[in-house]
Amino acid sequence: MKNIEVKICSGTTCFVMGSSFLSELYEIIPQKYGDRVTVKPSLCLGQCSNSDKHSKAPYVKIDEEYISEATIEKVLNILDKKVCGNE
Amino acid sequence: MNNNSQSIFIKKDILIRLVEAFFSDDFISNTASIPFKMRPKNAEVPYRCCIYKEREIIKDRIIADLGFSVENLDESERLEDFAKKSLERDKKEETPLTVIDAACKGCVPSRVYVTDLCQGCVARACEKSCKFGAVTIEGGRSYIDGNKCKNCGMCIKSCPYNAIVRLIVPCEQACPVGAISKNSNGIAVIDFEKCITCGKCVAVCPFGAVNEKSQIIDVLQGIKTGKKVVAMFAPAIAGQFPGNIYQLKSAMLKAGFYDVFEVAQGADVTTRNEAKEFTERMKEGKPFMTTSCCAGYNNLIKKHLAEIKTFVSDTKTPLFYIAEIVRKIYPDAITVFISPCVAKRVEVAENENIDYVLNADELGAIFVGRKIEIMEMPEIEYQFNSSKQGRNYGSTGGVSSAVKSLVKDNDVNAVPVIIDGLNKDSVKQLKKYAVDNCCPEGNLIEVMCCEGGCIGGNSTIANQKTAKRIINNLLEKSEDIV
Repeated sequence: MKNIEVKICSGTTCFVMGSSFLSELYEIIPQKYGDRVTVKPSLCLGQCSNSDKHSKAPYVKIDEEYISEATIEKVLNILDKKVCGNE
Repeated sequence: MNNNSQSIFIKKDILIRLVEAFFSDDFISNTASIPFKMRPKNAEVPYRCCIYKEREIIKDRIIADLGFSVENLDESERLEDFAKKSLERDKKEETPLTVIDAACKGCVPSRVYVTDLCQGCVARACEKSCKFGAVTIEGGRSYIDGNKCKNCGMCIKSCPYNAIVRLIVPCEQACPVGAISKNSNGIAVIDFEKCITCGKCVAVCPFGAVNEKSQIIDVLQGIKTGKKVVAMFAPAIAGQFPGNIYQLKSAMLKAGFYDVFEVAQGADVTTRNEAKEFTERMKEGKPFMTTSCCAGYNNLIKKHLAEIKTFVSDTKTPLFYIAEIVRKIYPDAITVFISPCVAKRVEVAENENIDYVLNADELGAIFVGRKIEIMEMPEIEYQFNSSKQGRNYGSTGGVSSAVKSLVKDNDVNAVPVIIDGLNKDSVKQLKKYAVDNCCPEGNLIEVMCCEGGCIGGNSTIANQKTAKRIINNLLEKSEDIV
């Protein structure tokens, strides 16, 4: 099975809007999914640059999909579905 | 302290829009349109009764961000007028906090309350538990007489069904000194005679009704008009942004600051002086000494805890020392303290070497509004190097361990006691130490108003774990104090 890649944005906007509260994902994801999912921080994903888009931060990228207003629960829900093949 | 609630998110959203408006071609009208951009026609009404109230509260938040009090507003005054006035003023407001009465829910008064879960059981444990005769059984259910109830909570503990609860008013509950309470309309009012400006009410209010009056416009105006604006940031700020402090410096220079200093450098002066003072005091036979760098604690001493004054170190705060140094280097500059703390606004107002205060989230809003990517900035060195101990001042235990590390007299042994957060109980504890003229647990009392220290401050961005991780990375590369 293909490895799923999670990138947590550490750009200025995402950090200011609360991405540090996603940092638990760095522990939860390897624990829960082992080597099926990799998670790492990323430079600005570029999602906030349009006007008003800062209010949808923080952003997380899962493979090619961008998640806005990301929370730990939101990310784990999507990963559960992906890992089980129920997208 | 929760710095990730939705109400704080909205505050940051508004600040970012305000910064964008400030640097746009028409600050006044772009500021006035923020409530309409955030809640456009037919938009969802997420929190309040209607879109008009949502916009009105956003307007009030902007007025606070422009630096004005919201209490006793002339409601006919337009947002445009406030924006204009914010550019013209040269005097700061006196009190740092303001309550947005329209945002205040008017929570039900704090009391002990019997819920519908009451089964009217045979045990009558609640009635028996009450020492004041306030609980009776009426109509097959337990009833509390508010005139007799002393709020002791014994009935809550006794109920086998968990049917009795304590209704709380979050701001009143969080205030360590009873300075915020409801007026006759049920709206929160701050008594500034009592308020120690700790900011706990700002952080806990679920409706975001308590706001700081920002000085962001004053700082931005200085930058925009080409004045030398010099920043000094608290040790806790190092953990509030991605990247390292060398990238943070270049990000701040890009944002228009003329130079940047670490308050950790001033902390090194505090540590040296306080270690010397501690040694002297112990040799004189004093029972204990408390630290003196926490602004919330200093306000507490001034207004509520005069008894402890003689035990408090006379050493000045890190901010005091660094501001003195910065003023010497740049006599004509506008100086700005970057703070994780609401209480520091009071200290700054009393120190002529510092002109303004910006919070972590206000500085963050400037970075976002100016599209500055800290992680992609080059690293720039500081004029002076700060020590590992000075850079750790923002975490609980950091100050006392720094002082202890420099107490080298063979006859003196520093035993730190940590007061990790001011609340009604720890205030009582401190009072007891002072009245008893004795601290059984040790002799060097470190007082931090916020739990976790300044990284748990009420104007922070990052969660404490992340802040600690970033600061620890810095500590590993820093030298010990000598």
